[in-house]
Parts: sequence; C-alpha cells; structure tokens
Amino acid sequence: MGSQGGFYQSKEFLDLVKSIGEARSKAEEDRIVLSEIETLKRRISEPDIPKRKMKEYIIRLVYVEMLGHDASFGYIHAVKMTHDDSLLVKRTGYLAVTLFLNEDHDLIILIVNTIQKDLKSDNYLVVCAALNVVCKLINEETIPAMLPQVVELLVHPKEAVRKKAIMALHRFYHKSPSSVSHLVSNFRKRLCDNDPGVMGATLCPLFDLITKDVNSYKDLVISFVSILKQVAERRLPKAYDYHQMPAPFIQIKLLKILALLGSGDKQASEDMYTVVGDIFRKCDSSSNIGNAVLYECICCVSSIYPNPKLLESAADVISRFLKSDSHNLKYMGIDALSRLIKISPEIAEQHQLAVIDCLEDPDDTLKRKTFELLYKMTKSTNVEVIVDRMIDYMIRINDNHYKTEIASRCVELAEQFAPSNQWFIQTMNKVFEHAGDLVNIKVAHNLMRLIAEGFGEDDDTADSQLRSSAVESYLRILGEPKLPSVFLRVICWVLGEYGTADGKFSASYITGKLCDVAEAYSNDETVKAYAVTALMKIYAFEIASGKKVDMLPECQTLMEELLASHSTDLQQRAYELQVVIGLDAHAVDCIMPSDASCEDIEVDKGLSFLDGYIQESIEKGAQPYIPESERSGILNISNFRNQDHNEASSHSLRFEAYELPKPTMQSRIPPASLASTELVPVPEPMYPRESYQTPVPSVSLDAGSSELKLRLDGVQKKWGRPTYSPATSTSNSTLQKTVNGITQVDGASTSNSRTRETYDSRKPQIEISPEKQKLAASLFGGSSKTEKRPAAVHKISKASSHVMEKSHVPKYSMEVASEKTASVQQPPDLLDLGEPTVTSTSPLVDPFKQLEGLLDTTQVASAVNHGSIAAIESPDMMTLYADTPAAIRNSDLLSGLSNPSIINMPGDTTTTQPMQSSKGPNLKDSLERDALVRQMGVTPSSQNPNLFKDLLG
Amino acid sequence: MIKAVMVMNTQGKPRLAKFYEYLPVEKQQELIRRVFAVLCGRAENVSNFIEAESIFGPDSRLVYKHFATLYFVFVFDSSENELAVLDLIQVFVETLDKCFKNVCELDIVFNYSKIHTILDEIIFGGQVLETSSAEVMKAVEEISKLEAASNAITLIPKSASGWRSR
Repeated sequence: MGSQGGFYQSKEFLDLVKSIGEARSKAEEDRIVLSEIETLKRRISEPDIPKRKMKEYIIRLVYVEMLGHDASFGYIHAVKMTHDDSLLVKRTGYLAVTLFLNEDHDLIILIVNTIQKDLKSDNYLVVCAALNVVCKLINEETIPAMLPQVVELLVHPKEAVRKKAIMALHRFYHKSPSSVSHLVSNFRKRLCDNDPGVMGATLCPLFDLITKDVNSYKDLVISFVSILKQVAERRLPKAYDYHQMPAPFIQIKLLKILALLGSGDKQASEDMYTVVGDIFRKCDSSSNIGNAVLYECICCVSSIYPNPKLLESAADVISRFLKSDSHNLKYMGIDALSRLIKISPEIAEQHQLAVIDCLEDPDDTLKRKTFELLYKMTKSTNVEVIVDRMIDYMIRINDNHYKTEIASRCVELAEQFAPSNQWFIQTMNKVFEHAGDLVNIKVAHNLMRLIAEGFGEDDDTADSQLRSSAVESYLRILGEPKLPSVFLRVICWVLGEYGTADGKFSASYITGKLCDVAEAYSNDETVKAYAVTALMKIYAFEIASGKKVDMLPECQTLMEELLASHSTDLQQRAYELQVVIGLDAHAVDCIMPSDASCEDIEVDKGLSFLDGYIQESIEKGAQPYIPESERSGILNISNFRNQDHNEASSHSLRFEAYELPKPTMQSRIPPASLASTELVPVPEPMYPRESYQTPVPSVSLDAGSSELKLRLDGVQKKWGRPTYSPATSTSNSTLQKTVNGITQVDGASTSNSRTRETYDSRKPQIEISPEKQKLAASLFGGSSKTEKRPAAVHKISKASSHVMEKSHVPKYSMEVASEKTASVQQPPDLLDLGEPTVTSTSPLVDPFKQLEGLLDTTQVASAVNHGSIAAIESPDMMTLYADTPAAIRNSDLLSGLSNPSIINMPGDTTTTQPMQSSKGPNLKDSLERDALVRQMGVTPSSQNPNLFKDLLG
Repeated sequence: MIKAVMVMNTQGKPRLAKFYEYLPVEKQQELIRRVFAVLCGRAENVSNFIEAESIFGPDSRLVYKHFATLYFVFVFDSSENELAVLDLIQVFVETLDKCFKNVCELDIVFNYSKIHTILDEIIFGGQVLETSSAEVMKAVEEISKLEAASNAITLIPKSASGWRSR
C-alpha cells in the first residue's frame, strides 16, 4: 500500500499544506487559512458534490480547525457524511465528528440513530467505527440508547469488536458510573476471554473499579496472579511479544492491579510474592520496556505487604536505574526510591551521592522529581539543607505553578521540622521575599501567629527574643525594593505589634519605616491599611507608657492624605488613629493594650452595656430603636439583610417573606401621610371620601397591619380585590367606634409612633430575651408584657423582675373586661365579614406561595390565620399587631376563627395600656433598670472608655 | 488514561492533535502552544518526561519523543507508566514507518485521516488498545482495503466473514 493508499488528496490540499508550511509568520498563516475557509464555505454548500470531493473538504476542515480556526460551518456536512453507506465516507464523517463535536453538542442527536444502526452492522469495521464514536460522543443521556447494543457486542465473534466494546463500556463507566453499574460483572466475565487481547482490555476497566473499591475484587487476586504467571512464562502467542518481552503492557497493568489489591493485605500479598519475584529475575533490563516492567514491579513491591527478599531485588533495580546514564531511568529510579523509602528508609542512604547528582542535573524534570524525593525524606536533622536547596531552586525558576508548589512545601517542612525559631523566621522571610504573592495567605497568618504566640513554651524571654529578631530582620528586609504584598503585611503587623517592644528601636524610627512602606507601596491599599494600623499601635503604646507623642512630618502628610482617601477603610483607619492619639493614657491602654494580640475578644452582640443609655434616652422622650425588619417603609431597601435577620427570629420571618414582592410598600416611607393614602387602596374611587371621615383609624390600622400583617395586605391587594374591599369599608366603620372609644390619638403620626413603640419593645424581646433576660426585663414596660401574654407566662420562671410587672397583667385584663363587652359583641358580624375573606385568602395564598417558593405549610397556615384575624379584628387597630403572636401560635385557622373573643382580649388590653403604662410602669421600670445598670458598672455615657473596654473585651 | 496525543513539528506547528476529553479549539491551541514552549526549551540528552501539571492540571504527566522534525507528545495520568508510554510512542512511530516507508513530516500532513485511523487502533477512548505494530498494520490495511472497495462499488459488502484477523 503506497503512501497515498485509499486516501486521495487533491492538488489544492497539497498546495494548502505547502503554503502553510512555508508561511513565515503567524499572520501569513492566518491569512492563508482564512482564505481557505472562504473557499471551503463556498464549495461545501454547492449541490451534488461527489463524495470523494466532499471527503476531502471535510479533511481540510479538520485540518483548518487543528490550526485553531473555526470550522463550525462544516459540522453539519460531517454529520451528513456519517449517514453515508460507503465505509470510506462514513469513516471520514465519523472521524470529523469525533474531532469537531463534544458530547453535549446539539448535532449529536442527528448521529445517535446512525450510530445505533451501525452498531448492528454486519461489517465489523463499521461496528468498530461506530464504537469509536460512541466513546467520544455519547453522554450520560444518550448512554441508555447505546447500552444494549454495546453489551451485545461484548460477545461479538470478532475479538477486535469485543475489545472495543469493553473499552466503550469502560468509557460509559467513566462518564456515568451509575448507568452501567449493573453491567460491571461483564468485565469479570470478559477477563476469561479466549483472546488475550480482550483479556488485556478488561484490565483497564477493572483497574478503575478496583481503585474505587478494593474489597469486592479480592477474590480475583488468584486469577490475576495466574494470568501474570502465564504471561511471564511466555504462554501467550508470539504476536503479543514486544521487543522480546512477553506482553509487557499486560504485565504492567496486572502489576498495577496487584499493587492495589495487595496493599495492606498480607494474605493477598503472599500470593503475589512468587510471581513478582519471577518477573524481577526474568525481566530484560536492557530494553526500555523491560525497565518499565521492572519499575512497575518496584511500585507493586512498595505497595503490597513488605517482603524482605522482594525489597532487596527492588533496591538492586533502583541502584541500577540510578547508576544508568539514561535520564529516563534516573527519573524512574528517583521515583521508585521515593516509593520504597516509605518502607525501608535506610535504602536512601546508599544512594545519597546518586541523589545529589540528580539534584544538580541540568534536567529540570529530574531535578523536580528529586526534590519530591527529598521532600519525602525530610527529617528534623536534614530539614535545613533540604529547605535551603529548595529555596535556592525556587528563586531560580520562573514557572509560577511549580514555584507555588515548592514554596508551600518549604513552608510545610519549615513548620513541621524547624530546628530553631530563628531559622524558621529566616526561612519564612526568604520564602515570602521570593514567592510571597504565590503562597497562601494562611501561611502569612500562621507566621504572624507564631511570632505572637511564641512556640508555646512558657519561656517569655525566648519569645521576646524571637520577636526582636523578627523585627530586626524585617527592618533590614524593608530596605529591599519590591517586596510582595503578603510579606509587607506581615512586616507591618510585626513592626506595629513588636517594633518598640524591646526598646531597641525608637518609636519615631519604626513609624518612619512604616510611613516609608505606605508611601512606597501607595497603590496597595491592604498594605497601607496594615501600615496605618501598625502606626496606631506604635503611637498607642507610646501614649500608654506615658511618653509624649510627636508625629513625624511624613506621618502627618500620610495621615492627611489618608483622611481624604477614596478608600473608606483607609479613611476610617486614619480617623481612628487621629482619635486615639488624642486620648489619655488610660483610655489608650484600654483600646490598644500592649501585646494583646493573642487575647480573646469577647463580643457582646446584644450590646447590653448600652441598655442604661437607651433607657435614659427613652425616658427623655427618644424614639426606641426599630429593628430594620420592622420598618415597613425601609423594608424593600433592606430586604437582603432582613432575610438573615429573619432566620434568627422565627416569628417575624414568615411575614417578611410575603412582603417582599409587594410593590405598594415602596411608597410607605413616610408612614403617616403616605400610608393613609395607600392603606385602603383597594376601593380606590371611594377612598378619598373615606380618608377624611376616618383618617385616624385608617392610618392606625395601616400602621398596625403594615408592621405585622402586611403580607396579608399584599395578598389581598394582589389576588383578592373584590373580597377585600367590602371588608375594609365595613371594618372602617366599626373601627371608628372602637377606636374612638379607646384611643385618644391626636393624629395619625402619633398613633403610628405609639403603635411602633409598643410593637418594637415587644419585638426585640422575642429575639434577645433568651440570651439577655435582664436586659429584656428592664427594657420592656408593662405594656408590652401584656401584649406578649403567652410569652410572659413562660417568663414567670425566668426573671424575678417580671414578677412585679406580671401583677399588672391580670389587672389590665380585668379592667378591660368591661370594655370588652362591646367588642365581644362585634365578633358575630365580623365573623360574617371575615369568613368570605378567609375563604378567598386561602386559595389565594397558594399561587402566591408558588410564586415565592419560600413558604412552607406552616407559613401558609399562619398567613391564612392572619387573613381571618385581620378580618375579625380590623375594628381594633391595636389588636392587629397585638394578636399576631397569638395567631402564629395557633397555627390552626379554626381556632383563630372560633375564639375571636379570646383573641381580641389581649388586643384590647393593649389599647388601654399604652396610655397608662407609658407614664406609670415605664418610669418605675426605667429606674429599676438604671439601678441595675449602675450595679453592672456601666455608666451610660457615650464618651466612656468603658464602652471600648466592653467592646474589646 | 491517556489524555491527549499531539504531534507537532520543531517550529511548533501542530500536525496532529487528539484530545480524549473534549476541549474547545482555543484551549487545545493554547495547550499545544504551551507544550511546545516547554519542549523547545529542553536540551538534548535529558529525560523524555516533563512535569505537566502546570499545563494540564493535577495528575498529568507528559512524555515526548523527538524524531527528526517532529515531536510526538503523549499526555496521560498516573494510571499509566512513563516508560511504557515511551514505548507506546515507539509503537506508533514504528507503525507509521511501516505504513509510509520511512515516514516524514509530509506523510503525516498529507495522510491526516490515515494517521487518525492508525492512532485509533492503538489508543481507543483514552486507553491503550493495541501495542503490536503488526496488529495495528493489519487492522489499518483491512480498513483501507474495504474503503477502497466501498469506494469503487459504493456498497459495503454485507459479509465480514472474508476478513480474519490474527
């Protein structure tokens, strides 16, 4: 068969290749290829192209794409070719699609059918071609379509087909193990195939399977050993010999499998000793492939349960490898040595010189392999030499990937085996200096921690020696240009923390250096931030020790620059520094205690030390803090943060979820005026009329509902206009009655704030009360207590301070009882109104839920509850929010409906309460609180350094 | 598993590129370029192995062999043995040599699809399928015979009984 064989090429193609070959520049080549693409584009879409011509076009396309140009316009033609009957055309098509397409390409769908047909073909070459494509182009989804045919082919009369079918199945296993897990036994069966080639092919999938799960294949050890024995004894046909070695590739695969199976299994290993020993003896070490088998034997010996005799043979082979002139063999020798020293470390010693030779070899591959060996051999006795060598090499190379690796290895070894702290710091300095930006930031943190903590012993002098040596070395290193950012951070931190600790260096010297750093690396904000903080520490230590601080002029300019910095972080640091410098020694010592970097910082998340101050302010008439999640107006802005917040407080969480999509909320920001226009938004035409009639109640209703029930509003507005509008209008009328009777609200805004007040005071209780009972007790007036009736019951045991307030609760409800009667009478007609709303809400909630995808059933239940309650209670604005906790608790809709009076009760109490409680119990309470606060030693003043102390622990 | 087979000339022009895991064309080009950059920096008389993790990701090794104007490069993972892969390159080249009688770079360029056929007989789906160049030759010859026949009569002979291998 001549070089042209059946592979016809036209002159055009020859010319193309030639001109590309002769192209002198990439640009010229690109021009040629682009014009070729144009030609092909034109030609390939011509009608009635002869098949032979088409084949050539496709090959040219493949060629073009190999040169890195887009040939996607021709993909479809390649796909078409696969449908052809002619084997030549079909194979070309298959070749092209395997090179062009990936398994997820859209065109694959057009080939699947053809492949299926071809897998059933009588012509085994067609089958083979199809199997080849299957390997490349079948993905997880299309595997099932091919699987039956491929499995059938496992018993095809042609061994070439069987082999490829096994490989295809193996490929399926690679892509989706689960899709072929039931067929794994086929691999075992094929292991006994008459044809050694097929048997050899099964070793590939079996190797993978055994890698994943050794134990299920232990029973095959005997089979593998006997196969290996037969192979080694040349029982296979001569055709399998390669360079006078009997089937070396099969031997290698088998040895790999045995290494897996014998690892940590003494019994299995014993079965292998003989055959591995035989191979050691028989192997021809003069040929490359013979050495490959020998190397694999060493790997096997070092993996299975150790056998002294085999180890000895392995050591012999290794020394032969290392003494060889071939770099390949040296490389394999070093690799084998690093495997064997795990079992017999002493073997390395006899090869010391050879290893050193390899280390100094100009061949990078060999050198790196040797470093890998050294890394594995490192002990505390040789760590200095090895790490020094590694660093030397690291400095010399440019390959960032390997530099990173070797740097991290140096760090690891230094951390593990460092003989002395001095050495450790020096080593780390070198690593940082030369590969600083490549090492993990954690390494830098470790180094800082090590310097801060010392080496764990209680030897303080050693620790301070370590620190001062670190400081000295850093001051020296700072003189060098272009240090990596990570290293500079370490330097700044250490100088800030310990620069003046031993008194060797003056504060002005250190600060000068730090200013230099900030100036020299002025575009690295992180480094600057570290430098500023370091400056702050130095000054703080100076002030704390009673010295007078003069800021260097360059430092002052730096500060001026940073105070106007675009980076808010830098700005803040600069301002902090300014403030700290102005404080007195005692205060500074609290903020910046010397050498306290290792102290734990306790964070008082509840900010309990502020309680007294808050109480005082509230007494003076300040508005209590409203948690963001409760601020209806701002809600949409802070949605994201709310979600976190909500997770903590189970009660409010669910409601918020409803609220997000509600567009009307956005306009609520000024709650009083805007809300009033909005809150009865449903019957829009009639609203203007009503707003004048019932301004107050409507607003307060809104305020209440917006805080707790908003969601429901949203739902109603969105989905239930017709039902909602009558409900509101009627309830408004009832509202007027009750509200007018109870609340003497002077204006919409006050009623709003009032509701908020009571509401809020309850809200934090839900959140914080478990942690901070005392705080809760003193923060909340009697009013909120009653609102939260069920919770208050729980509280009885909790806080003694509650007892007093608790006594109010029954009293209030008693007082209310009389007023109650009025509202108790209302429920019937309210219920009538309520029920339609409820029925309409419950189905309506569902689509909403689907939309949101956030709510679970309980949420829906509670939401529905709200529907009912809102309808029932709408007359009383206070009840609206007052009841929500209750509503949540009885997640049962029916209970909410059937006991309207019970639900109403607490609501009514609250309406009365704000009037009394805001003046009475609240004051008493705050006095109590004040006393408590004083006991705790926190004076509620913002300027107090104690605040800082609390903050900083 | 074998990840990729590349053949490129000493100027860095790819002559054959086959990746057994799909990679987009641009990525293939980049890899070929980076491999070439490493290869042309290698001295004579050094090992045929290269640490390839920085190019091909973790667990990848590279073995290459230099013949006249061509580099033959095989990239594979730890389930293969470097020396054995070196011999696999040998098998590939020997087969090419038998096919084309003293193979040279131009043979590879002009017989692009045949080279692929040969390679497919040696490596199948990333696994070593056949390591005897005689066997590979036999299979390739059969394919070309059949292709020639099918080309002449444009019909595939329905019976495959006429062909026996081994």
